[in-house]
Amino acid sequence: MANDVADVFSADDLVHCLLAVGARQDRLAFRVLFDHFAPRVKTYIVQLGCSHQQAEELAQETMVKVWNKASQFDSEKAAPSTWVFRIARNLRIDAFRRESHPELDQNDPSLLPAEERPADITVEQKQSEQQLRKAMDELPQEQMELLHLSFFQDMAHGAIAEKLGLPLGTVKSRLRLALGKLRKKIDDDQMYTSGLSE
Amino acid sequence: MNIDHHIPDEILLAYASGSAPEAWSLIVATHLALCPQCRERVSEHERMGGSLLESLPPEALTEDAFDLLMKKIDGQPEQEVTVKEPVVWVPSVLPEPLRSYVGGDLHALKWRRLGKGVLHIPIETKDGQAQARLLKVPAGKPVPTHGHNGDELTLVLTGSFKTHQGEFRRGDIETADGDVEHTPLAGEGEDCICLAVTDAPLRFKSLGAKLVQPFIGI
Ligand SMILES: [Zn+2]
Repeated sequence: MANDVADVFSADDLVHCLLAVGARQDRLAFRVLFDHFAPRVKTYIVQLGCSHQQAEELAQETMVKVWNKASQFDSEKAAPSTWVFRIARNLRIDAFRRESHPELDQNDPSLLPAEERPADITVEQKQSEQQLRKAMDELPQEQMELLHLSFFQDMAHGAIAEKLGLPLGTVKSRLRLALGKLRKKIDDDQMYTSGLSE
Repeated sequence: MNIDHHIPDEILLAYASGSAPEAWSLIVATHLALCPQCRERVSEHERMGGSLLESLPPEALTEDAFDLLMKKIDGQPEQEVTVKEPVVWVPSVLPEPLRSYVGGDLHALKWRRLGKGVLHIPIETKDGQAQARLLKVPAGKPVPTHGHNGDELTLVLTGSFKTHQGEFRRGDIETADGDVEHTPLAGEGEDCICLAVTDAPLRFKSLGAKLVQPFIGI
């Protein structure tokens, strides 16, 4: 039931909570984040094939990281769900495979910076969360399945092909198709919204 | 710098979802440092991950999970307040995360001979599925001819090379799958250093190269 309580909070509430934890280690805000994210991270880890106990431990570790890194959260760059997903993903790679997930270093002088974007792009970023959700819901079942296998079964393309009894090339082209479709859908929607606002 | 050859979408997705082996993630992340466009795509894919996470049915933790967690957090050694040092501009050829994997920039590298003037450095990763190496091909010389048992990605870091697919320069990624036999030729003027990742041992065609394979751990 505690989970139902957490779900009355909107995405914006979660942003504020995360910022509050980052700014002043706000425990009440952290409780909200915990109630919302820890049970989902636990499901994520269980779906990847772990025991409930391991999943619980990793969910806890994820939340420790959330607490410790909250001050680095930048609400203009990512939604809380995406930010937490990255933390959970890296932790589970580290825990299961004893590998790391190599990441680029945003402060590396050799990083080629992106061109400056206009200020209103962050608004679009927020809209695109919902658009993305909607676009994903509209994907054909067979394409959605591939996304699920990639995110929740830790399967490389070869393993997915084997599991589904499909040629490797088909798996790749189907994934490409799904991703292309999602991108097009979001671009179209954005063009439409920016067209309206002019 | 214009990048003409990018990483295929499905490999970016494997990186974002965490299902790619470490060596693949290494080459993806290194390309990302040089390519804002793929960086943007990976963010999109990570947003999908966030969105999927959000839609998962929550599974309750044990009753006292939050209290245990706060105890753990309170018991942590004082968090080091990481004040970001102002970035000192040290020009380097190898971007992160590659630079850390090989222990420094070009001047720090210890090359090994691979034959026909080609040098290499195997890069250690913990995955058993894929292998990463730096290759250094003298300007104007061919990269040893090989077909593949699996996929190969090559990221150019200095110089350039040409295949039937076109010219590849710094930041560009060449993708070859199991069916392609290719003979990349390094461009004139500058040695070509690239990061190559394969998910199966290369099949070198020339007998000489084949014989040395077991000894150099390709
Ligand atoms: Zn790219």
